[in-house]
Amino acid sequence: MTWEPVIGLEIHVQLKTRTKMFCRCANVWGEDPNTRTCPVCLAHPGVLPVPNRRAIEWTVKLGLALGCEVAPRAVFARKNYFYPDLPKGYQISQYEQPLCGPGRFVVPGPAGDHEIGIVRAHLEEDAAKTIHVGGAAGRIHGAETSLVDFNRGGTPLVEIVSEPDLRSAEQAKRFLQLLRQTVVELGISDAEMEKGSLRCDANVSVRRAGEAGYRTKTELKNMNSFTFVARGIEAEVERQIATYEAGGEVVQETLHFDPQTGSITPLRSKEEADDYRYFPEPDLVPVAPPAELVASLAAAIPELPGARIRRLEQEIGFDLAEGLVTSGRDRLYERVEGDRRAVANVIMNQLAGAGVDTERVDPAELGRLIEARERMPRTVFDEAIGRAAEPGFSAAPYLEQQAVSDAGELEPAISAVLAAHPDQVAAYRGGKDGLLGFFVGQVMKATGGKANARVVSELVRERLGA
Amino acid sequence: MTLDTLRLTAEETAGLIERREVSPRELTGAYMRAIDERDGELHAYLHVAGEIGPGVPIAIKDCITTSGVPTTAGSRILQGYVPVFDSTVFARCRAMGLPLIGKSNMDEFAMGSSTENSAYGPSRNPWDPERVPGGSSGGSAAAVAGGLAPWALGSDTGGSIKQPAALCGLVGLRPTYGTVSRYGVIAFASSLDQVGPITRTVRDNAWLYSIIAGRDPLDSTTVDLPEQVRVPTAESLNGLRVGVPRELNEAEGIEPGVTASVQRAIALAEELGAEVGEVSLPRSVEYGLACYYLIAPAEASSNLARYDGVRYGYRAEAPADLLDLYERTRWEGFGAESRRRILLGTYALSAGYYDAFYGQAQKVRTLIGQEFAAAFERYDLLVSPTSPTVAFRIGEKAENPLAMYLSDVLTIPPNMAGLPGLNIPCGLSEGLPVGLQLIGPQFSENLLFAAGHALERAIGFDPVPERLR
Ligand SMILES: [Zn+2]
Repeated sequence: MTWEPVIGLEIHVQLKTRTKMFCRCANVWGEDPNTRTCPVCLAHPGVLPVPNRRAIEWTVKLGLALGCEVAPRAVFARKNYFYPDLPKGYQISQYEQPLCGPGRFVVPGPAGDHEIGIVRAHLEEDAAKTIHVGGAAGRIHGAETSLVDFNRGGTPLVEIVSEPDLRSAEQAKRFLQLLRQTVVELGISDAEMEKGSLRCDANVSVRRAGEAGYRTKTELKNMNSFTFVARGIEAEVERQIATYEAGGEVVQETLHFDPQTGSITPLRSKEEADDYRYFPEPDLVPVAPPAELVASLAAAIPELPGARIRRLEQEIGFDLAEGLVTSGRDRLYERVEGDRRAVANVIMNQLAGAGVDTERVDPAELGRLIEARERMPRTVFDEAIGRAAEPGFSAAPYLEQQAVSDAGELEPAISAVLAAHPDQVAAYRGGKDGLLGFFVGQVMKATGGKANARVVSELVRERLGA
Repeated sequence: MTLDTLRLTAEETAGLIERREVSPRELTGAYMRAIDERDGELHAYLHVAGEIGPGVPIAIKDCITTSGVPTTAGSRILQGYVPVFDSTVFARCRAMGLPLIGKSNMDEFAMGSSTENSAYGPSRNPWDPERVPGGSSGGSAAAVAGGLAPWALGSDTGGSIKQPAALCGLVGLRPTYGTVSRYGVIAFASSLDQVGPITRTVRDNAWLYSIIAGRDPLDSTTVDLPEQVRVPTAESLNGLRVGVPRELNEAEGIEPGVTASVQRAIALAEELGAEVGEVSLPRSVEYGLACYYLIAPAEASSNLARYDGVRYGYRAEAPADLLDLYERTRWEGFGAESRRRILLGTYALSAGYYDAFYGQAQKVRTLIGQEFAAAFERYDLLVSPTSPTVAFRIGEKAENPLAMYLSDVLTIPPNMAGLPGLNIPCGLSEGLPVGLQLIGPQFSENLLFAAGHALERAIGFDPVPERLR
C-alpha cells in the first residue's frame, strides 16, 4: 500500500517598493541596524499607518498573475500577538477580505501541466528582525540578550497561500521556483530566499493512495533555499509515513527543519498556539481597487514563465526549457542564433557553471562562439565563455585559434600515449571499445587541450584498428 | 494691565494681542500666576510648559503628543516619555502661533469620566474642589474653568469632551468622526476617538475647531470638510426643527435639577423660534452603552499592546525572561481601569466570542446610526442633557465602575453613530453647572455652532465659578 503526500505552501514575498508599507522609511536591505526607522514603524504612541499605494498595486498585479480574483473591497485587519519584533503588539494584515481571492496557477511539469489552487494572496507588513545572543541555536529560550533590528519592520509583504494540491517535494519545489520567477519578472520583488525576501512554509500531511479527505497536517517553518524546501518536505513525509506504519498518530504542530542534520524538531505545540484576535483595522479605511486600475495592471502583465516553458519545450525538451526559464536565462537563449539545443546547453551548463551573468552577454558574440565550438581548442572555448560577460567582449580573437587537426602534428602525441599504456591498448584490442575515450582524453591532456578531439578520435581508432 | 484669566475669552485675548494691549510675555505670565495660585488645588496640569508665543495660549490634553514635551496619557507606563514628533492637531495650533501652556490631566488613556483614573492623581472641579471635573478630559476642563487657560484641546471617545465641559460649565465640541486628525493622539478606541475644543464660548469653540479640523494625509480616516467652519453670529433659531429624544431625556438616573435646567433651555429654544417636537431612539439608548463597552475595550486591548517595556516608557526591573518583562511591565505600568478594559476587550475579540460580542456590537452600531439618521429626516438637531448628573464627589463612584460608566449613557449613543455633539452650559443645579447636549447629523458643526451661539446668548450663563468671582 503506497502513501501519497499532500502539500500546501504558504509563501511570503517582500515587495521592493521604495518605502515601507505604512510609513515613509526607505525599504532597503543590509543597512546598519535601526537606521531605517521612524515613530510609525517603531509604534510610538499616537502614530497611524498610511498604506503604500504601490504595494497595493503590486499585490493586485501578483494576484492577477496567479489567476486570482481581485477583491472589489479589501479590508486590513489586526493580527494581535506579543513579540519584541512586533512593536505595535499587532501586525497589520488581512483576514476576512484579502486583496486577492481564489486563483489557479499553472505549473508545467515533464508529464503535463499541474494546476495549483491559490487560496488567497494578501498584503501585510513584515515583522522586525530579532537576534538572540548567547544560549542555544539562536533561539530566544536560554539566550542572554535579544536584540531587535527594526529596519525590516514594516516592509510590505505579500502572503500567498496555496491549496494542498502538491503531491511531492519535487512538485512543491517546482511550484515555488516558478512562482519566484513570476514575482521577479513582475518586477515587484528580488525574491531571494537567502536574503529572506522570499520565504516558504509548508503544510504537510500524508494519506493512503485513494483515501478521501486529509489527515492531520504539520507546518514546516522557514526553509531558506529551494533545496531545503524539497529536503524538508521529503524528511517530514518520511517521518509521517514511518509514524503511521508504526501504529502511531501524527499530531498537529509547527516544525523546524535543520538542513545540517536533516532532523525535524517541534517549534511549539498547538496548546500554546496564539489566538490572534483578528479584527478589522480601525485606523484604515477599506481598499477598493478601481476596475480601470485592475484592467490596466492586467494589460501590463508580460508573457508568464509557465507559458514560456511550454513554448521552449517544443525546441529543446522540458528540462532545458524549465531550467532556462526559472533561472531567467531564457532571455539570452531567445536572442542567440544557432542550433537550439547547443545554445541551450551552452547557456545552462557552461555559462551558468562558470557563474557568468547571462544578462551581460552579447548574444551575437555568443552565437559565433557556439557555432565555432567544435573547431576550437577546448581550453580556448572555456576561456571565451568565462569572459563572455566582460564589457566589449568579442569572439573574434578566440575564433582565430583553430584546434590542431593535422594528422602529422598529432601523430607523435598519439604514439607516446599508446606506448605509455600497453595494458589499455591490449584491453581495447580485446574488445573494450569504451577505452577510446580514455586515449582521446590522454592525447588532449598531452596537447594542452589544443587538439581537435574528433580528429584525434578518428586517428586513434585507425591506429588500433589496424 | 491686569488680565482676568477667569473671564477672558480666546477671542478677547486675541484682540488684546492684536491691539498690542498685552505682550505675549505678559499673557503667558498671567496664566503662569494663575497656575501658581490655583493649580495646587485643581491639579489641572501634568506638565506646565509656559511657552510664550504670538497667539492665544492653549492647554493640550496629555494624550495629544507634543514634540519635546512630556506626554503620558495619564499613565504610569508612559512616565518620562517625551515624543519626538507633534500630533497633527498640535502642529496646526503651532502653525497658528498658539503657545503651549501645559499638558492637562486625564483619566489614564482616556478611560474614565472623572480623572480619578489618572496615575498622577485626580483633577478638581473649579466650581467645587471636592468634586470631579468630569473626564476623561477633566484636566482641560478644569484648566479653562479655573482660569488656567483660555481654551484647551480634549479628546472624546464616549463623552470625554462633552461630559467634563458639562460638569465645569464650558462649551465642548465632539466633532464628526473623521473631521479632526488622530495622528499623534494616543489611541484609546480608534473608531471612536476624536479631538475637539473646550472653551468658554461657542465662538471660541468654532474658531479653535476651524484651526484643527480638515483632512490629514497622515490619518487615512479623515475627510475634507464639506464646508468652511463659520464662527457663529446667530441670535435666533427661526425655523430650526429641534427633536427631543424621549429616551435621552427620560433615562433612569437623570437628576431632577438637570432635567429642569434642560427643560428651561428647550423652552428658550422655542422662544427663539425653534419648532420643538418629540422623537424616539429606543435602540440607541438601550444598547448604546453595552455596545460601546464591547467595541471600545476591544480596540483598546489592541491599541495598548505596544506598551510592552521594550522600546520606551515604563519597564519592569530585572525581568527574568520575556514573559516576565511583559507581565510585570504591564501589571505595574497600567492602572486598574486600563487592566479591566484590556481584559474585557481581549475577551470580546477571542476566538469563539468574536461573533457574539465584537461582531454583534458592530451590527448594533450600524442600527444606532440608522436610528439617528431616521430622526434627522424630521429634525435638524436633537437635544438632551449631556450628563445625567452634575459634578459628583471625588471618590463617590470610584469603587463602582458600572456607576461611573453610566456618566456617559447620554453621550455614547451619538458617538457610536459618529455624530457631532456640542455641550453648552444651560444653568445651575445645586450651584453646579448643567450641560445641554446638541446633537447634529454628520458634518453639521456649523449648525451646532449657530444654534449653540443663539442659545448661549439667550441663556446668559456666567462661566466663572461662583466661588472664584
Ligand atoms: Zn518608518
